[in-house]
Amino acid sequence: MQFLRKRWRSVLIFALSTLMLSGCGKIVVLNPQGPVATEELHLITWSFGLMMIVVVAVFALFAFMLIKYRAKKGSKSDYQPEQEGNRLLETVWTVVPILIIIALIIPTIKTTYALVKPPSTGTPVVIKAVSANWKWMFQYPGQGIETVNYVVIPANRPIEFQLDAIGPMNSLWIPALGGQEYSMPGMLMRLWLQADHPGTYVGRSANFSGRGFVHMVFNVIAKSPSDYAAWVQKVKTTAPAMTMADYQKLTAQSVVSTMTFSHYIQFSGPRNNSMNAMYMAPNS
Amino acid sequence: MLHSILQIGDKYFMWNEGPMIWTSDALIVLTSLGIVGLLTYLKRWKWLWDEWLTTVDHKKIGIMYIIAAFAMFFRGGMDGLIIRAQLAIPNNHFLTAEHYDQVFTTHGTIMILFMAMPFIIGLMNIAVPLQIGARDVAFPYLNAMSFWLFFFGALLFNISFVIGGSPDAGWTSYAPIAGPFYDPGVGENYYLISLQIAGIGTIATGINFLVTILKMRAPGMTLMRMPMFTWSVLITSVIIIFAFPVLTVTLALLMFDRLFGAHFFSVTHGGLPMMWANLFWIWGHPEVYIVILPAFGVFSEVVSTFSHKRLFGYKAMVVSLVAIAILSFTTWVHHFFTMGAGASVNSFFSFSTMLIAVPTGVKIFNWLFTMYKGRIEFTTSMLWALAFIPNFLIGGLTGVMLASAPADYQYHNSYFLVAHFHYVLIAGTVFGVFSGLYYWWPKMFGQKLNERIGKWAFWIFMISFNMTFMPMYFVGLMGMTRRMYTYPAGLGWGPFNLIETIGALGMGLGFVVMVFDIAYTIRHPEKDLTGDPWDGRTLEWSIPSPAPEYNFAVIPEVKGIDAYWMMKHPKEQEPGPVKAVDKSKIRPIHMPNNSYRPFIISVAFFVAGFGFIWQWYWLGIPGLIVVAIGLFLRSFEYNDEHFISTEEIERTEIAAGRL
Repeated sequence: MQFLRKRWRSVLIFALSTLMLSGCGKIVVLNPQGPVATEELHLITWSFGLMMIVVVAVFALFAFMLIKYRAKKGSKSDYQPEQEGNRLLETVWTVVPILIIIALIIPTIKTTYALVKPPSTGTPVVIKAVSANWKWMFQYPGQGIETVNYVVIPANRPIEFQLDAIGPMNSLWIPALGGQEYSMPGMLMRLWLQADHPGTYVGRSANFSGRGFVHMVFNVIAKSPSDYAAWVQKVKTTAPAMTMADYQKLTAQSVVSTMTFSHYIQFSGPRNNSMNAMYMAPNS
Repeated sequence: MLHSILQIGDKYFMWNEGPMIWTSDALIVLTSLGIVGLLTYLKRWKWLWDEWLTTVDHKKIGIMYIIAAFAMFFRGGMDGLIIRAQLAIPNNHFLTAEHYDQVFTTHGTIMILFMAMPFIIGLMNIAVPLQIGARDVAFPYLNAMSFWLFFFGALLFNISFVIGGSPDAGWTSYAPIAGPFYDPGVGENYYLISLQIAGIGTIATGINFLVTILKMRAPGMTLMRMPMFTWSVLITSVIIIFAFPVLTVTLALLMFDRLFGAHFFSVTHGGLPMMWANLFWIWGHPEVYIVILPAFGVFSEVVSTFSHKRLFGYKAMVVSLVAIAILSFTTWVHHFFTMGAGASVNSFFSFSTMLIAVPTGVKIFNWLFTMYKGRIEFTTSMLWALAFIPNFLIGGLTGVMLASAPADYQYHNSYFLVAHFHYVLIAGTVFGVFSGLYYWWPKMFGQKLNERIGKWAFWIFMISFNMTFMPMYFVGLMGMTRRMYTYPAGLGWGPFNLIETIGALGMGLGFVVMVFDIAYTIRHPEKDLTGDPWDGRTLEWSIPSPAPEYNFAVIPEVKGIDAYWMMKHPKEQEPGPVKAVDKSKIRPIHMPNNSYRPFIISVAFFVAGFGFIWQWYWLGIPGLIVVAIGLFLRSFEYNDEHFISTEEIERTEIAAGRL
């Protein structure tokens, strides 16, 4: 018996600790690596706290009612079948939720407005992130280079992602650095993010876009400013320039691995001609 | 010869896709043969046609809605189990991406439109006319139309699995991913046209119940004396009438894109893909309330009945229903805060969304206080209603967390969101319809469902439900997004997903136990001869079970809220059984005739829809012509009613022990 119980206990501890180790450390949203994700986490924690007030109140009342007023033989609890309501109580549970909502909406609006501005005062780096069915292309207009399915950013500087799409909508989500934003055809969007430290973070598309959507995963590699400058220099000197063949391959429906280009081909406007041609013949 | 048959098989029936399709084909053929054989063997064809297929009786239509909803629950549930089997472990390749995309699309569409909606509408049909003391709905013929349009819409959607391929762009069917360029083939056409056909039926239901409730209440039943379920159906009908036309238009526009080369939602030629998201959710958000408000109505009835006490705060309950209905039209943008509408727009929709928590909270507290100083009886129906409170609360409060736009940037499209909407839809709608099923089953069939088996089903389902969806909140925060057909190991998602899959199997088991309960009850019925097995409060319990064709031999007079309770507890006398039917007041009753036409017109709609899906206009257009002929003939039908004689009413009432 003793042995069994001990064994069960160790199994339980093992199971819990695996869950904790494999789980909690990996709850990315709760482990922010940049100011945007941190600010969003504050809001999440605050709203969770407010909601816990309601949970505690309702669960307590629920348990009280079920225990006290369950029908049993010879029950002595007060029975008032004709009770209609109570104005005071009803006012309380209308006003208190309104107060809770006010307590939540004020920081919500503040944060909503804050997130459309750069998260810090450093010089921003502009990176154009284009989803093109089932791959992410990252173009660096300031540097003239392009990476596919990975992106390198300098740590501690605000990054201005300009989102565009070829084909279906996607959503750029790097949970460690901050929340997502859709990439949509013909609608340029902006998402500010920043990494506090050098490191590698996972990003993916959060919006379903067809068969290859699962493969739209990419690494975000944050480097120190000097490493970043060295990396840009290296790409410029060693990576190939994008050829027309590369361009065709990237804009077609396909899944590709990571690629690096020292020079990229600019799309003519939000849509390119091949897209028009494809759209001309819908049902054929 | 054989070669060309196989070619046709591959083209239309996807025989090249392997054993899953072959098994489904075989099962469908065998089941159909089995049904046909059984009906022939039992000589039940005439019975089926006379009693069911041509009926306009709201009680029978309600039963057919619920049977269809159960079948669709099975289908949607199988889809859910396949999804969970695929995601049970990392790097699983049980399904390909193509098949997985189809399965989650049909799961969502079927569960919302072909399971939740008909289940709710079925309960509405069964209870509302009885609760207001009416002999049928306002437009019984239209009611039959509604049912058959839904039925054949659902059938059309379901056959896509074996004929041509299912839709695969998600139940939200966002353009341009659902447009003709990225999604060629017939799958999306099935989605558009079957929803369109079923949607016509739903709009008709909305109109029908609005008129029924406004015009056909028994004398004395003012609006503020109506049972809360009837109130919720009234408000739901108004939401249907405002919301469903938006869906009709939206589906039609995408259909033009797909069938006729229009560009409403395409990327090029001035189309606006974002317009789809807006239009879809202008219908889609109210739709959520269409399936939840009647469930709220059921909870109000059940909690009050089994606490043996009046509903607490009746007026506040009504006001909060109206408030939720209005607010439901002001929140659609919260489904795409991440579409970059700008800080001011997002702030507005954050606020409007959070506001819904206030009337919903009022309702929760009113249900809690309905039990206060009551005598709570834990029947199966009550258990479902009670479980709703804590489970729905978790879904609702995470909904408020999602309403905060900047926080939503982190939750959006992740499993956190998936967990949230399953918590509100299952704990709200599914628990609600199960509660309603156990509650009104005696009224439908004159027998109680077995309580012991029912409680087993409840506990298995409820615990498994939490096992399935609670871990999803965590994997969502770990970065897992919805609609991923597979995921890599090493992210810590595996254990959570495995627990979810085990939970899903448990929910399946709970469902099987409930179906067993129904089968067991049919074999070993526990007859209820009183017509009032729960000590009910509203008028449906004042008549025999099952209710006679004409419902009320004599239309009752209503003196207050909970009309039947008041009859049983008169002010001056001791409470006791209500007086039997007063023979002197029986008059011949005017009832609508059965009609074969709703069934035939809906078959024609089905054929026409099938033709348009495949762009076989030689089939589609004649189908529509048959529909038009049916409508034309109906316009010249004058003799569609009959009278039930007083003698027949007396015979029926004597048989029920009421006279």
